Amino acid sequence: MSATTVLLCGVGGQGTILAADLLARAALEAGFEVKVSEIHGMAQRGGAVTTVVRFGDEVSTMVADTGAADCIVSFETTEALRNISFLREGGYLLVADETIKPLPVACGRASMPANARGKLDSWNAVLIPAHDLAVKAGNAKCENVAILGALESRLGFGSDIWAHVIEGRVPPKTVEANLTAFELGLGFANGR
Amino acid sequence: MQLMSGNEAIARGAWEAGASVGVAYPGTPSTETLEAFARYEDVYAEWCTNEKVAVEVGVGASAAGARVLATMKHVGVNVAADPLLTAAYTGVNGGFVILAADDPGMYSSQNEQDSHFYGLAAHIPVLDPADSQEALEFTKAAYGLSERFDVPFIIRSTVRVSHTKTPVEPGEKLAYEMPEYEKDPAKWVMMPAFAKPRRKVQLERDEELRAFADSCEFNKVIEKGRAVGVVCAGAVYQHVVEALPDATVLKLGMTWPLPENTIRELAKSVERLYVIEEGSEYLTNQVRSLGVAVSAFERELPRDGELSPGLISYAFGVDVPGHIETPGDVPGRPPALCAGCPHRLVFKELSRIKAIVTGDIGCYTLGALPPLAAMDTCVDMGASVSMSHGFEIALAQKEHRPVVAVIGDSTFAHSGLSSLITTVYNRGAGTVCILDNRTTAMTGRQGNPFNGVTLQNRPSRELDLMGILQALGIEHVSLVDPHDAKAVRQALKTATKDQADELSVIVFKAPCVLLHRERKPYYYVNADCRACGVCTGLGCPAISKDPESGFASIDSLQCIGCGQCAQYCGFDAIEQIPASSAKEVAR
Repeated sequence: MSATTVLLCGVGGQGTILAADLLARAALEAGFEVKVSEIHGMAQRGGAVTTVVRFGDEVSTMVADTGAADCIVSFETTEALRNISFLREGGYLLVADETIKPLPVACGRASMPANARGKLDSWNAVLIPAHDLAVKAGNAKCENVAILGALESRLGFGSDIWAHVIEGRVPPKTVEANLTAFELGLGFANGR
Repeated sequence: MQLMSGNEAIARGAWEAGASVGVAYPGTPSTETLEAFARYEDVYAEWCTNEKVAVEVGVGASAAGARVLATMKHVGVNVAADPLLTAAYTGVNGGFVILAADDPGMYSSQNEQDSHFYGLAAHIPVLDPADSQEALEFTKAAYGLSERFDVPFIIRSTVRVSHTKTPVEPGEKLAYEMPEYEKDPAKWVMMPAFAKPRRKVQLERDEELRAFADSCEFNKVIEKGRAVGVVCAGAVYQHVVEALPDATVLKLGMTWPLPENTIRELAKSVERLYVIEEGSEYLTNQVRSLGVAVSAFERELPRDGELSPGLISYAFGVDVPGHIETPGDVPGRPPALCAGCPHRLVFKELSRIKAIVTGDIGCYTLGALPPLAAMDTCVDMGASVSMSHGFEIALAQKEHRPVVAVIGDSTFAHSGLSSLITTVYNRGAGTVCILDNRTTAMTGRQGNPFNGVTLQNRPSRELDLMGILQALGIEHVSLVDPHDAKAVRQALKTATKDQADELSVIVFKAPCVLLHRERKPYYYVNADCRACGVCTGLGCPAISKDPESGFASIDSLQCIGCGQCAQYCGFDAIEQIPASSAKEVAR
């Protein structure tokens, strides 16, 4: 099977579902068959969110299995740890350099995982300063698109396709900031 | 090509078939279907109070000649089962298609029942699309088939069909000419004298449907190797293709009745025949009942939860590929009541008085999770009210903690009201809290009878909740602002102590924070904090406790300025920033 599997994960409200939708539309415009599987319902209530995008010449299943994702894009460090088992050997991991305490930790009933940063480093995760890039682009809410910019450095769909897709999906007022955030994310990833 | 979810494609298919009436009660993963249908021109779509009502409205519109779409989640089909099983006797006039959206894996449900069994029980044909293109095509075709066989059709989806977007080539809208309604009691009045002949009609129709199943183009055999044959349907087909590329697969598009000859032929043509399905043994048992031998898997395939290619490969002897194990110390991240949810304090106070709390479906089920942990039961829509009545009956002769039902406004309209009438009629005791947040919040803020918002924004009436409760003759009915901690505490004390032997209903009325998204200046924790942990016990996502010092802090980005926490601080350590400096910060 030739399909590429990208698992996007984060915390409800971070924009993972929109990011997955943009990725799927970009893949479609790049000429691929595509499937994007969302689990929502709890998304606005701060729960863990995962979305799977699969694209290629032929795509059958819409889910990602243990050890099967070519790429994990995590919008938050703890969620990267939670979902790491989905990454295949040789797959790559992009993580927004942001940590959101889950409620059980915030109210003192659980602890944050030990040495999260060290583990991410040992897995060769690319840490993206998504918040800083989004602020630099003029809108802190564009973090998700900055992360997609970083992902594009591996996918190579082409900036024109992304620009078209982003323009078609984000609120008109935020198009410019989103396009800038995308380029900043791409530039960051290429500069490594 | 358009990227469409299965739900959007079902709506499109219904519209293309000329369906002009859509009915539903919202429920994940079905909700967006009717929302998408409602956006098409020349259709009438409405939220009904519950799924039974929706199907009955649908049967009526179909009898009158319209093509109708009714949508619901799997557990909603239970509610609608009464009209559904008899609609299979009456049949249809205009085509009638019902979406039953299953949730194997229980992402957003209280069970993972398999709606195929309704096809079997009701003698209603079931179609199982495996992606959005099929969702559109099957739904569109189902209308003609419904009229041809004079029976409603079920489109059975799962969360991985309903909520997966795949490319779709939309078609043209068909011209549907509504037939005249003609009075026909022998078809539509299901009293014994007429129902008995209709039962025979149903059994004859079953034979026609069985014959049709073998020629139905939605059932496809994908010929590959002869060693392994697989029978499967829906999203599971997509996993099978991935996991067993060399298997010959019978992809069922129609799962009741089954294409019996096709299955027997397949069984003869392969060395071993497997049935792969999730959530139940419906297909396996149906195939076995044909006298066909079904092979056992080399390793067990899970009987609960969702399937995936990996689980199927494993059952066929392929080990899990190499991967990094998730560290054991990753904390859970359950969903929580929103920061500023106006109804949080009701749970806080119920927890404080150690009430037996019978809960209900929707956001308020989240009150069951720590630190609020203010819920004893949750079974189905409306059960909070009837179960509290049951607790009271059983505990009547015993010293017992107060029994309190907690239910939202939409759930109360769905089926809590009929439960409450039972309690009133039988002079039951206890306390019922109706948490009226002015919307159907969990499924995405749909309208309901108590907020008077309709699906297509037609003029409506806002039902008078207080008036209804008073009209029922309930002794004690009160209206309380849930933001006011003292008022919440007092109302619960009065109801559970002073009025303990009688029924009381407290309506807590305040809109869902997601409706208006208004923000007041945020609160912060000052130097007077004594690390007592009371505020963090509210379970507000904006409040956290330093793991070492125990001091509280409030995330200014998440805080919406509701001020609930400040009411609980015994040391005046939680303060609101002045409005003027809030603007500074925003800038």
